Order: sequence, then structure tokens, then C-alpha cells
Amino acid sequence: MSEELELAVDRTRCDGSRLCAELLPERIRLDDWGYPIFEPGAIPAHLLPHARRAVAACPLLALRLRRPGED
Amino acid sequence: MTNRLLDGPPLDFGAEPYAQHRRRLGPLPSAAGLLEALESSGLRGRGGAGFPVAAKWLSIAERAGGPAVVIANGSEGEPLSHKDRLLMSTRPHLVLDGALLAAAALRADRVFIVVAEDLARAPAVMAAALAERPEAEQEALRLVVAPARYVAGESSAIVNLVESGTAVPTYVPPRPHVKGVGRAPTLVQNVESLAQVALLARRPASFPALLATLHAAGSGPVVRELEPSTLLGQALEGVGGSLSQTRAVLLGGYFGTWIDGSEAWELPLDPRALRELGHSFGCGVVAALPVGACGVCETSRVLRYLAEESSAQCGPCFYGLRALAGACERVSANQAEPGELQRLQRWAQEVRGRGACRHPDGASGFLLSALRVFGSDFAGHRTHGRGGLG
Repeated sequence: MSEELELAVDRTRCDGSRLCAELLPERIRLDDWGYPIFEPGAIPAHLLPHARRAVAACPLLALRLRRPGED
Repeated sequence: MTNRLLDGPPLDFGAEPYAQHRRRLGPLPSAAGLLEALESSGLRGRGGAGFPVAAKWLSIAERAGGPAVVIANGSEGEPLSHKDRLLMSTRPHLVLDGALLAAAALRADRVFIVVAEDLARAPAVMAAALAERPEAEQEALRLVVAPARYVAGESSAIVNLVESGTAVPTYVPPRPHVKGVGRAPTLVQNVESLAQVALLARRPASFPALLATLHAAGSGPVVRELEPSTLLGQALEGVGGSLSQTRAVLLGGYFGTWIDGSEAWELPLDPRALRELGHSFGCGVVAALPVGACGVCETSRVLRYLAEESSAQCGPCFYGLRALAGACERVSANQAEPGELQRLQRWAQEVRGRGACRHPDGASGFLLSALRVFGSDFAGHRTHGRGGLG
């Protein structure tokens, strides 16, 4: 069984590029100022490739995947 | 028997000199058995979460590896709180004893005393107190003067200040107790909690009283040392307050919650009991809003303050808190836009947990409590009323 992963963001880096929400709309929506809000919990396996693409696309390297509960 | 931080010479005599402090309480005790004494005392930190002091210390004490760092947090950024500046200005050696005991218990080789620049005599008194200590102690101790900013007291901001001179929060993880100053595990503890440690190390059986800043309706702040069983109403009556003059009580300061006056009057200030009811004693502010005052106007004023104190690093905090303050101000000016209250609720929920530090969470909790307690003011705001927080 593959490892469970969730999204995390360094809020001091994120500048609201909105790319992550375009690449993973199933798990990420934007607030009224363009900053991401995540669905809580682990990313379902079929969305993991899209999540990795969103992480790679973040121009400020603010987004990452982590194990649930990990700092 | 209860330990009393403010026992000793009258408070208006100013700082208790080191010689008098030692005559009254004896020399700095050993830190042997201190962790156990802390655990049985039930002492909790004075941040919003009220984290058990013993648990925080244990997580640092049980590490493998090199020396830790201790930071005494005397930044007291909460505008309604006065207890830390009073404590530092009158009992500086209790704070230093507590910080040195923490260093001994946690194998720390450096101790930083952080004091905000705007706290009346406190920075000068702490500097003079440091100079009175034996040379061996002075070698480990450093005084750091912090800017007078609300977020400067947040623990990652304090670590950042000590390391780089910039008092803004940083993205955690790792948390300071894991990796703080110079990557060493770092204890950041409020000065009152450390002063309690200084007494607990000498009299382990005692249960700590709490310092509170009381604002009765229409009168200025008074700092009192109170038993946890004291009711909030009793505390306010002790400084001239009365329920008939009190519309609501703000508990825990600007990061705290509004409570309806008659409900607040019967609550004990015991942090554990308050937490079960969804409140936090936090920094110990108990502030009455007078009957006739407007909950919307007061809430707007505090939110604008919190928005301006955002360190502007995280989008949801910087833009979200400004938007929340703006919406409250429109309600207050009778210029609410359609759906304004629903939007306030949604924004308040959305900013939670979306900053590097807890600044947006505090503002959100404050606003949500205002919408509960002053719901009718928000729904049909017409007049501004009279009076506000002290």
C-alpha cells in the first residue's frame, strides 16, 4: 500500500499565484484574495500525480506534500 | 498554601533589590526535582492554548545532544495586559531565578530575557537587576529589548528576534522547542510562568495563583493576583465593577473571546474550567464592556488594530484581517453591503489556521465570539452607544 500524503504550504512564501488550484481543483480552492484553501485529509491515490504536478508548478516552492501529522 | 508572586515589599516601592529578594526567599535553589514539582503543580503557559509547562520542559529535557537555550518572554504585546510589566518592574529577580532554574533543568547555556521597549520601567529595571546578579550568572544572561509590536511576542518571532534582530514570526516547523536559536532546542516561556517556577522550586506543594489585568467598566487597569477558584465577577467587583454596569466581558485580551456579562460573572478563572467551556484565560485580561457601549464599534476597533499588527507575511492574514476589519467598519457606519454578515462569518472561518503563526486564528476567534454575543448589534446596527474597553 502506498504512503498517505497531504498538502502543506509555507504561508510566508505563498504569494497567491493560483497555479495549484488550477492543477488540482479537486482538492484546492482559492479564497477571495487568491490564496489556496485545502480539502483536509490525505490525497486520494488517483489524484497524487496531479498533486505532485501542482507542487512542481509552484513558482515560490511554497507548496509540498507531507505525511499526515508531520510538521 | 499558595505561592504569591507579589508578596514582599509594597509594589509602589519599585523593584525589590537582589539582597532583599535573597533575604526573603533564600538563595537560588537547586533544579533537582523541579520537573516533577512543575508537573504536580499543574502550571500552564500563558499563551492562548494554555499548554502545560511541564510537558514543554520535558520535551526539551529528554533530548539527546548539546545545550538548549532559554528565553524569558516579557514582550507583553497585548494592549489590555499590564501584569508582565508590573511583575518585571517590581519582582525582577523572581523572573531571573525562574529563567536560571529553567536553564539548569534543561541544560541550557544561554538565557535571553526579552523585554518590550514600551513597558514603562520594565526594560531598565530588568537591566539593573541583571547587573546585580553574581558574575557567573551574568555570563549566561542577556537582555534583549523587543519592538512594541503585537506579533513580536509570538514564540517564533522571539526566536527570530534573538537570532537576527527581526521580531516577525517565521514559518514553523520546526517549532522552537525542537530547533530554535542557533538550531538548539529553545524554551520560550512567559515571564510570569518563570516567576512561578522560582517559587515552586522553593515550595513544591503550592498551587499557583494567577496574575490578571482587570478592567472594570469605566475604570483603568488593575493587576491582581487571584486564586483559580475566583469567579470573574468577584474579580471585577474587587476593582469596583458591577454586573449592572457590565454588558459583556472580554476574556484573554484581543486574542480572547467576548462573553455575555451575566454568563461571565459566574465563571471561575481556572484555566482548565474555562477551556472546557471554549474560553481561554490566556494572558489574563478580564475587561468589562460598559452597558450602553456598542459591541460592533468596539469589535471594529480591535479588529482594525489586529489587521494593522499583522506582520504582512502571509496573504490570508494580511488581506483577510483587513477585509474583516473593513466589513465590521461598514456595519458600524451603517453602510453594510448585502450579505455582509454571512461574508464576515465565512471569512472568519477561512482565515483560521492559514498563517505561519496564530495571529489570524486569534482575530478569527475574537470576531466569531463578537458575532455570537453582539448578534443583535450586528444585525440591526443603528447607534454607536457610549463607552468602550478601558
